[in-house]
Amino acid sequence: MTAATRSGQRLGAIARQRELGLLVILVVLGAAVTLRAPQFLTIANLSQVSVLASVTAVAALGEALVILTRNVDLSVEATIGIVAYVVAVSLESHTFSAPVAILFGIGLGLLLGIVNGVLVAFLRVPSIVATLGTLSVFRGIDYFIAGSHQVPLAGLPEGFTDPARSDVFGVPVFVLVTVILVAIGTVILRSTRFGRQVYAVGSNPEAAAILGIPSRRVVFTAFAACGALAGLAGVMWVMEFGTINGTAATGAVLAIVAAAVVGGVNIFGGSGTLAGAALGALFLGFVANALPLIGLSQFYLQAIYGAVILAAVAADALILRRLQRSRTRRSGR
Amino acid sequence: MTGASPGPVGAAPLRAELRGISKRFGATQALSDVSLDLVAGEIHALVGENGAGKSTLVKILAGVHQPDSGTILLDGTPVQIGGPAEARALGIAVVHQEPRLFPDLTVAENVFIGHAPAGRLGSIDWGATRRAAEALFAELDVQFDVNAPVRGLSMADQQLIEIAKSLSVEARVLILDEPTASLSAHEVERLFAIVRRLRQRGASILFVSHRLDEVFALCDRATVFRDGRHVVTLPTSQLTTADLVRHMVGRAVSLFPKVETPIGDVLLEVDGLSRVGAFRDVSFTVRSGEIVGFAGLVGAGRTEVARVLFGIDRRDAGEIRLGGAPVAFTSPSAALTAGVAYVPEDRHQDGLVLDFTIAQNVTLPILPRLFPRLLVRAATERAVAIDETRAFQVRMTGVGQLVGALSGGNQQKVVLAKWLASRPRVLILDEPTRGIDIGAKVEVHRIVSELAASGLGIVLISSDLPEVLAMSDRIVVMHEGRITAEIPRARATEERVMYAATGSADGGDGTMAAER
Amino acid sequence: MTAVTTSATPRFGWTRSLARWETLLVVALLGLIVLGNALSPFFLTAGNFANLIAALMEVAIMALPMTLIVIAGEIDLSVESAAGLASALLGFLWMSHVPLPIAILIVLAVGALGGLLNGLLIARGGLPSLVVTLGTLALFRGLALIVLGPIGVSDFPEAFTAVGFGHVPGTVIPWPFVIFLVLAVVLAVVLHRTWIGRHIYAIGKNSGAARYSGVRVARVKVGLFMLSGLIAALAGIILTSRLSSARADAAQGMTLTVVTVVLLGGVNIFGGSGSIPGVVLAVIAVAVMQNALRLASVTVEVQSIALGLLLILSVVIPTSAHRAKSAIERVRGGRPPPPDSVPRGEQRIPSVEEEPS
Repeated sequence: MTAATRSGQRLGAIARQRELGLLVILVVLGAAVTLRAPQFLTIANLSQVSVLASVTAVAALGEALVILTRNVDLSVEATIGIVAYVVAVSLESHTFSAPVAILFGIGLGLLLGIVNGVLVAFLRVPSIVATLGTLSVFRGIDYFIAGSHQVPLAGLPEGFTDPARSDVFGVPVFVLVTVILVAIGTVILRSTRFGRQVYAVGSNPEAAAILGIPSRRVVFTAFAACGALAGLAGVMWVMEFGTINGTAATGAVLAIVAAAVVGGVNIFGGSGTLAGAALGALFLGFVANALPLIGLSQFYLQAIYGAVILAAVAADALILRRLQRSRTRRSGR
Repeated sequence: MTGASPGPVGAAPLRAELRGISKRFGATQALSDVSLDLVAGEIHALVGENGAGKSTLVKILAGVHQPDSGTILLDGTPVQIGGPAEARALGIAVVHQEPRLFPDLTVAENVFIGHAPAGRLGSIDWGATRRAAEALFAELDVQFDVNAPVRGLSMADQQLIEIAKSLSVEARVLILDEPTASLSAHEVERLFAIVRRLRQRGASILFVSHRLDEVFALCDRATVFRDGRHVVTLPTSQLTTADLVRHMVGRAVSLFPKVETPIGDVLLEVDGLSRVGAFRDVSFTVRSGEIVGFAGLVGAGRTEVARVLFGIDRRDAGEIRLGGAPVAFTSPSAALTAGVAYVPEDRHQDGLVLDFTIAQNVTLPILPRLFPRLLVRAATERAVAIDETRAFQVRMTGVGQLVGALSGGNQQKVVLAKWLASRPRVLILDEPTRGIDIGAKVEVHRIVSELAASGLGIVLISSDLPEVLAMSDRIVVMHEGRITAEIPRARATEERVMYAATGSADGGDGTMAAER
Repeated sequence: MTAVTTSATPRFGWTRSLARWETLLVVALLGLIVLGNALSPFFLTAGNFANLIAALMEVAIMALPMTLIVIAGEIDLSVESAAGLASALLGFLWMSHVPLPIAILIVLAVGALGGLLNGLLIARGGLPSLVVTLGTLALFRGLALIVLGPIGVSDFPEAFTAVGFGHVPGTVIPWPFVIFLVLAVVLAVVLHRTWIGRHIYAIGKNSGAARYSGVRVARVKVGLFMLSGLIAALAGIILTSRLSSARADAAQGMTLTVVTVVLLGGVNIFGGSGSIPGVVLAVIAVAVMQNALRLASVTVEVQSIALGLLLILSVVIPTSAHRAKSAIERVRGGRPPPPDSVPRGEQRIPSVEEEPS
């Protein structure tokens, strides 16, 4: 028993160190880039990087929640896009005031997340298929509503884009929002019944069902929350970019999933943290920012996302396998 | 003999009573008017063949099914167990063969899943959870790092966590469902010690098992079910193995029809075979017409050796010679072509494609051979399947029947037919009669015997000691990855095999109590 | 224990429910044709048929190996990017004055190599295909961008563009349709008439048992992914030819349509069942639907709503129908269905569905 327990302990230690490891990598990466391009380490640049990363991070928090339950949400980018456009256009046409528009955006995201939740949790459609479908449907609706219209920066009310550019005691507002969300989310995941159920459902869905854990409700809530967070990310998108048309956030899903996976959220479900997902988003933001600074074109970014996803999954599987082997060996199968 | 069961002497309170329980599933009457008593502070065995109703009774107690008629009383009060959550709330806990834990959550959390102590504002108090878990394990006298995730822990450890879980809800009735199937000798002893301790604390334990020697080693009383009915309940001191078997089967049976066969040439030679972490320095031979039994407790490494012989795992050292020529199989397909076949332990998972027909399963390993020009002809396939299954007398509606619809014993026959169709020279059987009815067991033994008589070399891996003793020409005994003995048929006795299996020389300790 | 008798099933693992699915498809197809005819008098003309089919051919071609992959229990999300990479690489090579036939060969080889990467990671590395191909979806697209950048290459020779854009002489049948048919016939024979196909079904239904039965599971899967990569590259070449333009963002969004077509064709997302004829029918159905929508002046972008709905419905309807049937059976007091008739991957409480014993 002792050997197996020791290796079990080792995994726990590894998992806890994932965030620490990421932090270290971030620092190392930052240092390396700065050597090549000192303008990386300026407050202005770091601010910009972290603000941009925050938008991805907020969406990645929701995605992480879904992945924890052993599902995936490929439609987040369409949710962000549609919320961004609807919010922008409603502001442009003075239908909503700014605070109302923000709430409406989050609410719309929540609604779209609920659609996913119903499909996956209650209609039992596998999440790949369901969210591939809703990705298409939501994006289609987005194009339909938007047509060829583009909301210019001037169409937005005065000061709406300020939160993306201002800070509180030197910390950008967006980063603060992200940190607060991570803190709240982590408390929920770590200390509430619901939070533990999320991990349980992802770790062993059959056992969860047998033990009377309301798996369907948990999965549904995860998708709903993911939608709401994507809605928030959509609002932040408007504040960050100002000019919005029907193609907003196209292709963003890869960055979001990559952020979660890099951040240590295990694609098989059951383990990972929100802090990790946020750090993952920051890491990818660093990479995206560093590319032009070290002379590589932005076109390398997609390839890097892909490589990063592959590397993270391979690493996760390797760790899992090493531990599985020690368990099987002991029981002599 | 039927009906009310005599309790043990003394005024121990009745923890659980089941009276007149019946349950039907469609056309099958799973239980008819069954009764069972559990007394506080006893370990009560429930034995019976597959289909006898043991599993249904356990599921009724666990709240998964509801009885069609009858009453259940817990500590004298009639109860309705509407679902698994209610069963738990009533203090009924089941420990299954395969533990149902959450690998990514910690040991402490798994023990208290769903009922962790609450802290401020309804959040979970992790400190209290940890301390409570540590206290429980201390009671069981085992060491555990309660903060480690469950992933990576052995099956035996996970079972202990399940037991701790049941303690955490103060279970009054603990049901152990085939708990020892995946445990090593040491782990079984540890489990038994814990179960005995629980008995001392007044718990009632229902021990469901196929292993009759364990029933005698551990249990106070035994109940036998047959065909959904209660047959007998008696203290184990008043029973012998032969009695149990007779009650289970309904008649006296000769389990092992072995045909004496002349032993021929060496077919398989294994020389110094090793695989890191699994087994070391394994050497043996198999001759034509010979049945070489591989005995040992679970975890001894027998299946690992078989997997290397069949090309599933890679060897690290040593040599394998087939018909004199050295071989190194890199895949089952290569092994099959060379004439080695392996019938895996887990029939459902590894042995058959349940969604295929009998014909499709039987021909699966030999399709490339049957149809070298790629195109499959259904008529040929059907004819081959009929040919190959004829000798086995499989109870089926035709080779076009889905294999998933067959009974366990018939499925095992299809598995055997499948492997025989590939015309192997060496056949390795891994627990071929596990989980099958005694009737079907006899047939499988007959088939194996005939196969040896037809010139195959057979390796019979089995944890069923009587089976190994009766069927083998030679018994190779393994213990913790090494061969500890090779015993010819004439000198093979249970004691000798058990001593070798537990790693001790003559006069060893820790052996399970032999049958009286 | 009594053995439940069931009637003999049709060959090659086609379940009865699948046969019903294809009937459903034919009915739906006829309905769509009637609808289309109502929308426009030109609907049933030959010229329209050519248009109808041509735009979907790249998707259709990629759907064929995808069918085999899904039956084997995996998925390949990277097909659109492999096609994009093929287009970009072709443009790049052409720009670099590599003779076209050689360029095409190189592009096809690269496609197969990409599939090899997928196959090795998934079959030998044991990684889940969903995430691996999500990663290669990004990786291949990224490589396409690196190779060609944001530009388009359009000065291809007439002989080349005639393939994608042209017809079999004397008819309105586009060449890509011919390619699709040939490929469909070949793969249908492989899947439904050879033992390779039987192995694929076995892998999808129970890869462990298949392995023990001598099926070279890893080898088959690697082969399937390489085929998918090769065909995706072919699709990219055809696309480039049809549009007379090589771009790094070619084929963007096609994965969704490919997966939709495959699932609509009755292939179970969890593996183990499905057929090529079903997928061919689905291709035609989607082509008809897209054409009808176009005639109703629905833009391409908005058509994705219909496509997404179709994808979702093609999974919801069979799953719901099946669960309704099980529920009715259970209420009537029948025996709980044996484990296999429940769609695999359904999250069910194990102990309820097991056979009573």
